Amino acid sequence: MYSTKYVKPNSTTEALEAIKSLGEGKFLAGGMTLIPTLKQRLASPDGLVDISGCKLDSIADEGETLKIGAMARHVSVAESAVVKKAIPALAKLADGIGDRQVRNRGTIGGSVANNDPSACYPSAVLALKATIHTNIRSIAADDFFTGMFETALEDDEIIEFISFSKPTKANYVKFPNPASRYAMVGVFVAQFGDEVRVAVTGAGEGGVFRHQEMESVLSSNFSADSLSSVKIDSDGLISDLHASAEYRANLIKEMTKRAVV
Amino acid sequence: MNEVTKIDGIGSSVRRTEDKKFLTGKGKYTDDINRPGQVQAYFLRSDVAHAKIKKIDIKNAQSAPGVIGVFTGDDIAADKVGGPICGWVVPCRDGSATKEPPHPLLAQGKVRFVGDAIAVVLAETAEQAKSGAELIDVDYEELSPVVDFENAGDGAQIHDEVPNNCYFDWELGDEKATADALSGAKKIVKLRVRNNRLVPNAMEPRCALAEFDNLDDSYTLHTTSQNPHLTRLVLAAFMFAIPESKLRVIAPDVGGGFGSKIYVYIEEAVCVWASKKVGRPVKWTADRTQAFLTDCHGRDHVNDVQLGLDENNKIVGLRVDTVCNLGAYLSAFSVVVPTYLHGTLLSGQYDIPAIYTNVKGMATNTVNVDAYRGAGRPEATYLLERTMETAAREVGMDPAEFRRINFIPKDAFPYQTQVALQYDIGDYEPHLDKAMEMIDYSNFEKRRAEAAKRGMYRGIGISSYIEACGLAPSAVVGALGGRVGLWESASVRVNPTGTISVFTGSHSHGQGHATTFAQIVADKLGIPMENVEVVHGDTDKTPFGMGSYGSRSLASGGSAISKAVDKIINKSKKIAAHLLEASEDDIDFKDGKFVVGGTDKEKAFGEIALAAYVPHNYPLETLEPGLEENAFYDPTNFVYPSGTHIAEVEVDPATGVVQVVDWAACDDFGNLVNPMIVEGQVHGGIAQGIGQALLEDAHYDENGQLLTASYMDYCMPRADDLPSFKVGYTTTPSTVNDLGVKGCGEAGAIASPPALINAVIDALSPLGVTDMSMPATPQKVWKAIQDSQSVAAE
Ligand SMILES: Cc1cc2nc3c(=O)[nH]c(=O)nc-3n(C[C@H](O)[C@H](O)[C@H](O)COP(=O)(O)OP(=O)(O)OC[C@H]3O[C@@H](n4cnc5c(N)ncnc54)[C@H](O)[C@@H]3O)c2cc1C
Repeated sequence: MYSTKYVKPNSTTEALEAIKSLGEGKFLAGGMTLIPTLKQRLASPDGLVDISGCKLDSIADEGETLKIGAMARHVSVAESAVVKKAIPALAKLADGIGDRQVRNRGTIGGSVANNDPSACYPSAVLALKATIHTNIRSIAADDFFTGMFETALEDDEIIEFISFSKPTKANYVKFPNPASRYAMVGVFVAQFGDEVRVAVTGAGEGGVFRHQEMESVLSSNFSADSLSSVKIDSDGLISDLHASAEYRANLIKEMTKRAVV
Repeated sequence: MNEVTKIDGIGSSVRRTEDKKFLTGKGKYTDDINRPGQVQAYFLRSDVAHAKIKKIDIKNAQSAPGVIGVFTGDDIAADKVGGPICGWVVPCRDGSATKEPPHPLLAQGKVRFVGDAIAVVLAETAEQAKSGAELIDVDYEELSPVVDFENAGDGAQIHDEVPNNCYFDWELGDEKATADALSGAKKIVKLRVRNNRLVPNAMEPRCALAEFDNLDDSYTLHTTSQNPHLTRLVLAAFMFAIPESKLRVIAPDVGGGFGSKIYVYIEEAVCVWASKKVGRPVKWTADRTQAFLTDCHGRDHVNDVQLGLDENNKIVGLRVDTVCNLGAYLSAFSVVVPTYLHGTLLSGQYDIPAIYTNVKGMATNTVNVDAYRGAGRPEATYLLERTMETAAREVGMDPAEFRRINFIPKDAFPYQTQVALQYDIGDYEPHLDKAMEMIDYSNFEKRRAEAAKRGMYRGIGISSYIEACGLAPSAVVGALGGRVGLWESASVRVNPTGTISVFTGSHSHGQGHATTFAQIVADKLGIPMENVEVVHGDTDKTPFGMGSYGSRSLASGGSAISKAVDKIINKSKKIAAHLLEASEDDIDFKDGKFVVGGTDKEKAFGEIALAAYVPHNYPLETLEPGLEENAFYDPTNFVYPSGTHIAEVEVDPATGVVQVVDWAACDDFGNLVNPMIVEGQVHGGIAQGIGQALLEDAHYDENGQLLTASYMDYCMPRADDLPSFKVGYTTTPSTVNDLGVKGCGEAGAIASPPALINAVIDALSPLGVTDMSMPATPQKVWKAIQDSQSVAAE
C-alpha cells in the first residue's frame, strides 16, 4: 500500500469538504473492497475520507418505502427487525454476502457505489425500484447502474441513503462462485401487485440487468413452471474460468425458478 | 487433588498439548521474530513467463527512499553462490541421466516463469523495498511461452541443458512381459486421466529471517521449513560452501507445509547471502500472491492406462504412460515424486503379474512442481482406482467384488510387486468390508431411488488405496538415485529428577508431535506424559535429522525415539542392579519401576535418574554417569498403510452441483499412538482430497499467467463443502518397526479423490456419463449432463 492521508469527519458536509481539499480522494466505507485494492497498490488516492462517523447508518420503515443509510453494514441489514418485517428478502440477501468478517464491515452504500458485476445488492436495488439519494440528487435505480463497476455517481458525490419500495413478495436466490462466493448468478425477483421485476447480477457483461422476458411471463403467471418455456440468451453474459455464458444462462433460469415460490 | 496415576501412553486419545498456544494465537512463527537493525527484502519478479533479459536498470531503485541495497543475479554470481539442487535424480530409458539445468538464485539472462525472481531490494521497511522495486526497469525480449506440458516437447526450449523440454524419460517394470500379458488378455480397459494441478496453500506463507555474525563468521536463519537440518545441509554444503557449523537453521512454529516447505527456496538463500552483504539482518515475508506464484505446486499429470483382464476378470497386466509437468526448474524432490513415489505404487492392493510404466518429466514456463501431500501416491491411486471402477463397470461386476477378487490374498505377504516394492504385511478385505458396512453399501440402491424421487442423482464410489511411507530405507533410496539418507534421529535426555527432554530430527508443523512423541516415551518409561518435553526445529539443539514429510515422522522419527528410550532402559537396569545389589539379568522394568524378579526390592525410574546424576553410589568403574542416549533409526523397508474409502454424493442436474453426502474411511495404519490425532489427520487429508476432486485447480493461461492466483479464483475446501466423516480402522501392525506403526498423514489425500470422482460418475451413469475430470466443478458436471442428453437425443 502506498502511504496516504486519512481523515474521519463527523458529517456529510465535512466529508464533502474534506474530499474536495484532497485532490484525488476516495470515500472509505467498510473498506472491504477499497482496502484490498490499496494493499495491492492498484490504486493510489491522495487521501481517504472515512465516512463511518457521518451518521449514515440508520434503517427506517417509512410506510411506502424502507430507507437504509449508506453506512448500514451488511450485518445490520441482515439482523434488522425492521428490514426483516418490511422486505425479508433484503435481509436474506445481506445475510448471504461474503463471510462474517465481510458482513461486519461491508456496507450497502459501498456495495452499490462500487457496482461490482458479482455483487448482490445491485440486484435488490434494481428489482425493488429503489431510489439512491445522494448529497445532490435522487437517482432511480434504473438510471443508476451504467455498466460494470460504473454508476451515475459523479466524482465526490456521496450516497446518503437508499429507499426501497416495499414489494408484495420478493426473493433473492444466489448461486455462489465456488471460490469467492460472490454471486456467479444472483436473481432478485420482486412482485408489486401485477408488476414483476427480475434483476440478475453476476452474469451480465454490463453488470446487473433486468430480464424483461421473465418479468412479463411472471407478471401474467407468477409460477416457476411458467418459466419453462423461456429461453435465456447467453449473448452478453460473462464467460470466465468458473462459468461459461451458456452455463450462466442456465443458472439464471434455474435461480429465477427457485426464487419464485 | 493431583493424582498422577494414569499414564497417557500409546493408544490414548490425549488432547494435543501444543494446541493451547495455537488456539490462543500465541504461536511464534518466523514473521513474529524481529532482530535489531533488520532490513526488509522485496523480490522483483518476472511478469512474463518466458523471456531473455536484455537489460536491468537498478539506478532509480538504488536511490529510492529507505533503500539500502539492490542486487541482481550478477551480484550473486560474483560471489559464486550456487542455486538450489535436485535431491534425487533418475536414469532415462536411453541410458542418459536426468537433465539438471542450473537454477540461479536471481535470474541470469533469462526468466522462465511468472514469478521468477530478477532482483532483490533491501530497505528499511517492506513498503519502501516494494516501492524501490517498482523503479527497476527490466528490458525483456519475450520468447514464446511453453505452458501445455503434454506438448512441451514441441515448444521453445526453456533450458539449454534440456533438449525437447524433457528433464527425464524414465521407466519401471517389464515392458515385454506386460505387452505379452495385455495381448493375451480377454479384455483391455483403457483410460486417460488427468491429475489436476494444485497450489499447496499452507496457512502461513513462506518467510525467512537471516542474520550474519561477523565476529565468528556465522549465520542464523529462521525459516519456514519442514526440515531445518536438510535446509542447513543444502545451504551450507551446496550453495554457500561454508561449514555447517557456521549456519544455524531454526524453523520455529510453522503453519503448515504439505510438502511445499521441504525445499530450500531461492528467497531463503538470498536472505542469507544479503545479510552478510549489507551487514544487517534481512527479513522476507511472502504475501499470499507470492505464495500462489512461487510455492512449488503439486500433481499435474496425464496418465494413459491399459489394464488387461482374463476371462475370470482377474488382472493380467497393467501399462501406464505418464507425462507430468515439473515446471521451470527442477525442485528438490520433483523428480522422485512422479517416478519412484508413483510408479512403484501402481500395483495398489492388487495381485498384478505384469506392470510397466513410463514417465516423462517436462519443463514448462510455470512454477516448479514438487511434493504435495501424498506426493506421487495420490496420482498412482487416482489412475488405478479410476481404472478399477471403470473396469468393473465395463465387465458388469460390482466394483467392490471386482476389487475383492483381485486383492493380494492375506496369506501372500510378504508380497513382491512387479514395481520394486515388497509389501511386508496387509489384509485388504477387512477394510473393504468394514467401509461397506459403515456406509451401508448394501442398501445404496434404495437411497439412489429415494434421491431420484427428489430429482437428484445419487452415486457411490470406492477407492482402495495403498501407500508406501515412513521414508525410507537409505540403501534403497541410494540405489534408486536419492542423494540423501532417509533415516531419522532422536536424543533422549533424562533430567536428574526423572523428567525427559526428547530432541527429535522430525519437525512438527501441525502434526502434533509434541503429544504423540511424549506418549511413546511416557508409555515406555511408565511416567506421566507431562514429564516429557519434545524439542524440535533448531539445528543447534536437535541431532541431525531428516525432517517431516512422506508420513515418516512416527514410523521413522518415533522409532528413533523408541530406540533411544530402549537404550535408556538398558542403562537404567545396570544402575538399578547396582543399587539393588542384584544381577542385571534379574532386573525387570515395569510400570516405571525396576524390580528384582521374585522380590519386593525395587527402585523407581526417578531414583535411577537421580543416581545417574548424583553418582555417590554408582558403578563408576563400569558405567558413565548421566542418563542421555542418542539413536539413529534407518528402516529396513517402507511401511504400507492401506485402506478403503467410500464416498456417496448427490448431483443436482439443474446446476451440476455435487454434494458429498456421506463418507466412510476405513484405514489400516498399524498401531495407533493417539487415535484422536490420527482421526484429525484423516479428516484433513480427506478435506484436501475433496478439494482436489471438486474445487481446486491451478490454471495458467496460454501466456503462462496464473489465472487462479488468489482465493477469488482458486477454490479451497471450506467446512460446508464437507460431510461428516465416518472413520474406522483395521489393524495389521507393521513388521518393519518395533512400534508396529505405519503412517497416516497423507492417506486421506491419497484415498479420497478417486472415491469421489467414481461416485460422481456412478451418480451420472444412468445418463450415460462415463468420464469426469477433476475438479468436478458445477459447470463441468452440468456440461457433462447436457452433452449426454444431446447424445441421447440424437
Ligand atoms: C471476501 C469477500 C467476499 C465478499 N462477498 C460478497 C458477496 O458475496 N456479495 C456481495 O455483494 N459483496 C461481497 N463482497 C463485497 C462486500 O460486500 C463489500 O463490502 C462491498 O463491495 C463494498 O462495501 P464497503 O463498505 O466495504 O466499501 P469500500 O470498500 O469502503 O468502498 C468501495 C467503493 O465505494 C465507494 N463508496 C463507499 N461508500 C460510498 C458512499 N456512501 N458514497 C459514494 N461512494 C462510496 C468507495 O469510495 C470505494 O470506491 C465481498 C467482499 C469480500 C472482501
